[in-house]
Amino acid sequence: MAQPNDRFYTKTHEWVQVAGAEATVGITQYAQEQLGDVVFVELPAAGKKVERAAALGNIESVKAVSEVFAPVSGEVVAANGELEGHPELINQDPYGKGWLVRLAVAPGSASGLMDAAAYEKFLAEEGAH
Amino acid sequence: MHRYQAGEEDRRAMLEAIGCASTDDLFVSIPPEVRCGALDLPLARSEEEVRREFWAYAVANSAPECFASFLGAGVYRHITPAVADSLLQRGEFFTAYTPYQPEVSQGTLQAIFEFQTFVCQLTELDVANASLYDGATAVVEAVLMASRIHPKRRRVVVAGALHPDWRAVLGTYCEPMGVAISEIGWGRDGRVDVAELGRTVADDVCAVVVQSPNFLGVVEDLPVLEGVISSSGALGIHAVAEATSLGLLAPGGRFGFDVVCGEMQAFGIPAAFGGPLLGFFAAKQAHVRQMPGRLVGETVDSSGRRGYVLTLSTREQHIRRAKATSNICTNHGLMALAATIVLSLLGRKGVCDVALASHATAEYLKTGLRARLAFPDSPTYDEFLVIHDDPNGLLARLKAEGILGGVSTAAFDGSWPRGFLVAATERNTREECDRLLDALRRLG
Amino acid sequence: MTGSSSLRERERLIFERSSRGRLGYQLPALEVPSLDPAATLPPGLLRGEIEGMPEVSEVDVVRHFTRLSKWNYSVDEGLYPLGSCTMKYNPRINEEVARLAGIAQLHPLQPEDQVQGALALMWELEQALIAVTGMPRVTLQPAAGAHGELTGMLMIRKALSDRGERRRTVLIPDSAHGTNPASAVFAGFETVEIASTPEGTLDLSAMARQLEGGDVAALMVTVPNTLGVFEPEIVKAAAMLHERGAFLYMDGANLNAFVGVALPGKMGADALHINLHKTFSTPHGGGGPGAGPVAVSKALVPYLPVPTVEKAGGRYTLSSDRPKTIGKVRGFYGNFAMLVRALAYIRSLGRDGLKSMAEGAVLNANYIRKRLEGDYHLQYDGPSLHEVVFDDSLQAASGVKNVDIAKRLLDYGFHPPTMSFPLIVHGALMIEPTESEGIDELDAFIAAMQAIAREARESPELVKGAPYTTPVQRLDEVRAARQPVLRWRRAKD
Repeated sequence: MAQPNDRFYTKTHEWVQVAGAEATVGITQYAQEQLGDVVFVELPAAGKKVERAAALGNIESVKAVSEVFAPVSGEVVAANGELEGHPELINQDPYGKGWLVRLAVAPGSASGLMDAAAYEKFLAEEGAH
Repeated sequence: MHRYQAGEEDRRAMLEAIGCASTDDLFVSIPPEVRCGALDLPLARSEEEVRREFWAYAVANSAPECFASFLGAGVYRHITPAVADSLLQRGEFFTAYTPYQPEVSQGTLQAIFEFQTFVCQLTELDVANASLYDGATAVVEAVLMASRIHPKRRRVVVAGALHPDWRAVLGTYCEPMGVAISEIGWGRDGRVDVAELGRTVADDVCAVVVQSPNFLGVVEDLPVLEGVISSSGALGIHAVAEATSLGLLAPGGRFGFDVVCGEMQAFGIPAAFGGPLLGFFAAKQAHVRQMPGRLVGETVDSSGRRGYVLTLSTREQHIRRAKATSNICTNHGLMALAATIVLSLLGRKGVCDVALASHATAEYLKTGLRARLAFPDSPTYDEFLVIHDDPNGLLARLKAEGILGGVSTAAFDGSWPRGFLVAATERNTREECDRLLDALRRLG
Repeated sequence: MTGSSSLRERERLIFERSSRGRLGYQLPALEVPSLDPAATLPPGLLRGEIEGMPEVSEVDVVRHFTRLSKWNYSVDEGLYPLGSCTMKYNPRINEEVARLAGIAQLHPLQPEDQVQGALALMWELEQALIAVTGMPRVTLQPAAGAHGELTGMLMIRKALSDRGERRRTVLIPDSAHGTNPASAVFAGFETVEIASTPEGTLDLSAMARQLEGGDVAALMVTVPNTLGVFEPEIVKAAAMLHERGAFLYMDGANLNAFVGVALPGKMGADALHINLHKTFSTPHGGGGPGAGPVAVSKALVPYLPVPTVEKAGGRYTLSSDRPKTIGKVRGFYGNFAMLVRALAYIRSLGRDGLKSMAEGAVLNANYIRKRLEGDYHLQYDGPSLHEVVFDDSLQAASGVKNVDIAKRLLDYGFHPPTMSFPLIVHGALMIEPTESEGIDELDAFIAAMQAIAREARESPELVKGAPYTTPVQRLDEVRAARQPVLRWRRAKD
């Protein structure tokens, strides 16, 4: 499968898309497939400061709980309120309507993350395909 | 071979299939240094011999059924419809386990869903779980839930007369979790000292526990207490030790309490020397993901038919492990079924009638004991405290007359008024009540 | 409600059966004067009849719950090979004696002279469990296995704090039941997971590394473990822990495998909970009540919860004279009615029958293992005792998962094995037949499992669509979790 080229990826299967001082975070197509049907999402409130690689929230399927890790450091500007009533958006559109949070970030905060090609290669090496 | 196990021929055939000479070969992985010889126990006994032994235990006890019994203090003697035990003895119920496979467990699942609904109706709250061990551990779970909801508030306030055993259990669990307990006593009327409650609650308090009717039998003014509790931001927990009271008295849920929980033994569970009882737990919808224990939810099957499943399981230990909302796994499912059957039988009218009859019987006794009541002007439901200098001696003399007159407060830790608690229910006849009143007049 | 199903197939909720004016139970006539509760209680605290409560007849209730019961699978119906749960036959004499009036009706607060029989019974059960475990004392109070775990860990915590130590870490193998880490946390500890060895057993060197820090309070380990494998180095593990001042908590969920063969006391256990509803046959009740007595080593005896049953001069007492106790862990003294059943079971089996129980359980599991080895994959193939853990990897090629195999098994008339753990086996099928089964029942189960393996190869869609013959088909658990409906409400509400 092709990963969008307009964002960066982590080894824990989150994506981040930076536009100016704001970054949008979500989980990847691969991550949502592994989780199965998402039934509940627990996200931080606006104003919370998060460190890169620290726990950002939880995503629950019927029989599993997965932690989401922040791909970048920043302050939560908004969480995706749509997910409260429609957690299935994560399954249906992980790169679009299934976004999790928007963070206020410093310039260059996504440095060191994988681009789409690198993430695809990582998935292939992990035997995920 | 033993009657509960397969026979010699079964074993021989299986050993042959496996390629072993004897069952001893199957235990080679157990090292010799931990092995044992024959256990220090008698040899196998027949059913008849077992029956004989247990009859001997049973007759060495004084069964309350053979007396006029007014025992309560956490375990009450209410109606036990023949239907309930007969249904409980269906192997389909009592020899099944937790409904992990919903397709072959709809009976248990639907019954639990009905139990959850009854608990919600009785408590006027949104959600209830599938049961906990008993009232004491239900209160513990409520307090621990409050401490998760308010992680920075590390104190719980126990207001008024909480059952001393429940208070003790709360202490055992709270200490390792770093939750301190503050106690507010009761005033001269046996009720929570509201002014003291107002002085005690603060922004470090995660919950306030109020039992009503309380351990002294007195009915608390829940709406007033809730006002004080909610102004502090703490969770209000209404603890119930005598569940039939909910047929007459409005529950905490009506007045804004976050949790109503406690003991439901009174609806059809035998006293059984104190166990198994039936813990129940109901809460506001907002707290559902922090609730302990199993939950059954409604859904549909692949053909669109209504059915029931265990749900929101990610709260539980088998998924969240160290981060679970409780460590509970096996709960008190069969007791919940018993209560569901008894509540179904009593129904809309019977639940009120049991409460009214119990209350009327207790009031009848109180009228005859007016001068000795610990709290003569305070409202009580079906239990009240009689003052006496030597309750144990008096109760022994009553027993000699065929009356189990009550429970001595001297049996409990704490600075309780000296005397004994008398509980009356719909099962106490007027004749029994008159015998008690008469005996108390004569015996002091 | 569709019209196509019979009432028995589609029993409504009891609330939906309600019909105004039906009476389910007649109370005795009130002999004392009736009263207006508004005169004796504050009117603002009263409630009237509860909206939505059912009005049904006694017949309605009997029919309703009888119909519900028929939708359940149970041990009475057949093999219930739910691994780690030990679903064995529940003898009827145990039910009978637990219902004797002198037992079932006994109030917990009657004075001791009125309950000597009950206390004697508890004393006898404690002695029997002492014999079975080789440990000096047992508390009968915990209501279930997880409650026993918590009780045991609280004792360990107290023993450490009495030594002036505040150790925080509890080691738990990754094969453990989920209650272990949860109980440790509720006792105030933090847990560190230890990866199992390639054989699926406790990794002693990993444990030793953790012990070096000096912060380890205890190891919680199940023996035999959740793979059914006896921990070969348990004695050495105990010695290493004790040398470092740490304790060995043993999860007795699988005690059924070695009763009468080996003693946890000799293995070095400091605390061991015993699931009476597993090894000692008290009924599982559709999810409890259970009972989880905890046996303790000499080091933990001072910390037992109160009260304990003591015997002196032929009299039994409930004693709270235990200055170092952890306190009370529940109301009253234990799930007494379950203790009664467990003692009746121990008496029925005797020392000979108990040993034969373990032998039968291990033999039955090994027979299933032998017969299904070619059809299902065995990730860990060391010698196993009372249960065997296969997985679905041979079926993976055709897309059939353990859950599909489980659901198809329902069509063959059997309850499925455990699948949710051990977490170290992906796609686990944990089978525990218990000693209750004869070879014919086992053969029928084996034939069903073999048929499903064949179906998985030849017609995987058939397996993936199962079950077909159960009262309901696969239920939508996603819907249940996304939009939880946890209680009935009248449609108009």
